[in-house]
Amino acid sequence: MNLGDIWNSIFAFDNYGEILALVQNSVWAGAVLGLLGGLVGTFVVRRDLAFAVHGISELSFAGAAFALLIGADVVTGSLVGSVAAALTIGLMGGRARSKNSIIGVLMPFGLGLGILFLSLYQGRSANKFGLLTGQIVAVDTVELQVLAIAALAVIAALVIVWRPLGFASVDPEMAQARGVPVRFLAILFMFLLGVSVALSIQIVGALLVLALLITPAAAAQKVTSSPVLAVVLSVVFAEIATVGGILVSIGGRIPISPYVTTLSFLIYVVCAGAAAVRKRRGGARSSPEALTPPVRVESGV
Amino acid sequence: MTAPGIDLSTVTEDGGPKGLGVGESRSGEASAVALRSASLSFGPRTLWQGLDLDIRPGEFFAVLGPNGSGKTSFLKVLLGLLPLTSGSAWVAGRPPGGAGGEVGYIPQQKGFGPDVPLRARDLVGLGIDGHRWGVRVRRRETDTEIRRLLERVGAGGYANVPVGQLSGGELQRLRVAQAVAGDPAVLLCDEPLLALDLNHQQAVSALIDQQRSETGAAVVFVTHEINPILDYVDRVLYLAQGEFRVGSPEEVMTTEVLSELYGSRVEVSRVNGRIVVLGLPDATTHLHHVHDQPALALDQHSEEDGS
Ligand SMILES: Nc1ncnc2c1ncn2[C@@H]1O[C@H](COP(=O)(O)OP(=O)(O)O)[C@@H](O)[C@H]1O
Ligand SMILES: [Mg+2]
Repeated sequence: MNLGDIWNSIFAFDNYGEILALVQNSVWAGAVLGLLGGLVGTFVVRRDLAFAVHGISELSFAGAAFALLIGADVVTGSLVGSVAAALTIGLMGGRARSKNSIIGVLMPFGLGLGILFLSLYQGRSANKFGLLTGQIVAVDTVELQVLAIAALAVIAALVIVWRPLGFASVDPEMAQARGVPVRFLAILFMFLLGVSVALSIQIVGALLVLALLITPAAAAQKVTSSPVLAVVLSVVFAEIATVGGILVSIGGRIPISPYVTTLSFLIYVVCAGAAAVRKRRGGARSSPEALTPPVRVESGV
Repeated sequence: MTAPGIDLSTVTEDGGPKGLGVGESRSGEASAVALRSASLSFGPRTLWQGLDLDIRPGEFFAVLGPNGSGKTSFLKVLLGLLPLTSGSAWVAGRPPGGAGGEVGYIPQQKGFGPDVPLRARDLVGLGIDGHRWGVRVRRRETDTEIRRLLERVGAGGYANVPVGQLSGGELQRLRVAQAVAGDPAVLLCDEPLLALDLNHQQAVSALIDQQRSETGAAVVFVTHEINPILDYVDRVLYLAQGEFRVGSPEEVMTTEVLSELYGSRVEVSRVNGRIVVLGLPDATTHLHHVHDQPALALDQHSEEDGS
């Protein structure tokens, strides 16, 4: 395979309009997941749960692989796997640091199980590969509806607990003193995270869920310290990555995940670069909204 | 543990009864904070027992004692984060933890990470409505209230600075603003002066006392160091060696009382209106316990106002 062939596998725009019409549902699915990922991601980043997302997605993969093996519904399988993992981590209690070793133990176990189930599975290998790396499965209208309803339910729950969850995420001790049910919110959020991971896996695959649930929010946090703006940017970045990734990918022959992850990585790099430049220009206290930037009296030199 | 603690303050300035004996059974609902036969133990270790206490609205109540004597645990009981081993407690007329908005809390100082997406104004906003369900709808009113609180503690100049970039003193002013949002009936402060320079110690103490005198809030102020708040303190709870003493600073901060409490000779003297305590058992390991010995630097970690 020469470079030209590789290029043509990655980017192909023949008959773009016709293909776009065919994968319309996938684009919508991507838009729904972008919204979900952008919103959930802001809390993932604030609660320092990046590693947990990874652990959950491995177990979600194991659940999906098991469902594939026994001929059950794959979405249900991945949902069961990820919610079980998320609740386990949530009930473990403690702060992120003490959880990380538990997650580190869960992760290879889940991945190992998943690979075991896939090895036993006799069906189409495209199904196997898709679970790990994502694919544009031709999302039919019913699937899109189920996805949209599930995502909207998660978002509605997030909106209801928005303020206390944010309080508990950044300032837990104070939140608890003010009567916020910190522990309940932690477990509820893990449940919502589990559902979100299972939904995201349908598009980007188990290995690359981080690109949807973490990178956009982390990038947003680089460029703003306003909580509201951080959420807006996180959603915008996630939409660019998913919808943009799908639109670029549809002509080529490879799964969608490399497009999505590359786009979200590029967004992060740009944001991190912008943050670094601003820091150098404005000193430690710079922030885009700062009313009074630190004033240094210039000596005559 | 031999003798339980003794309440030295049986009579207030206005002549009314202040401490209640173990046998008395007033419910304590009129007090800002009330404890009845309260004790707290971790396993075999008793931090205090037989504690009967009524803190009045508008009272400035200090909790003193060496490291590990149970000062933070005392506040955690009042916050409802730690159950009493025995006895009962009320805060703002409710069981601990049940009075949500009526309790303001200033936690033991802990900084924020540099990347936390939170500006000074957002931190104060959390104190106003962070505990409510849903998303913030009444933005303008909340913004006005945030601005008022920021001005009140002199933090208007760094309203939009991320909390991870603030100095200890700046952050502590915000903690005061956050805690007094909604004018709570009880202010619980856990070593709010720790790691602050003298200026900020005075400023933060004055802010807390100002809130007390303007709103009638009861202040429970945990501290290593009584001198920065000596002008404000009505009564002191001194915890040491599993025992306690309650009374005015004049009653508790004496050579006799502290020597008895520590079970060894402790010298208390007054120099220029400040209280100096010498000979504390662990004074060699914790310089902070030497109550403002003039020869020592007041604060080992004094830091600059970083703007
Ligand atoms: N949850 C807990 N379980 C067991 N021991 C505890 C717990 N919390 C505090 N302690 C112990 O109780 C003692 C008092 O702690 P603390 O209230 O933090 O003291 P202070 O604030 O006066 O320094 C310490 O020896 C501490 O180790
Ligand atoms: Mg303490």
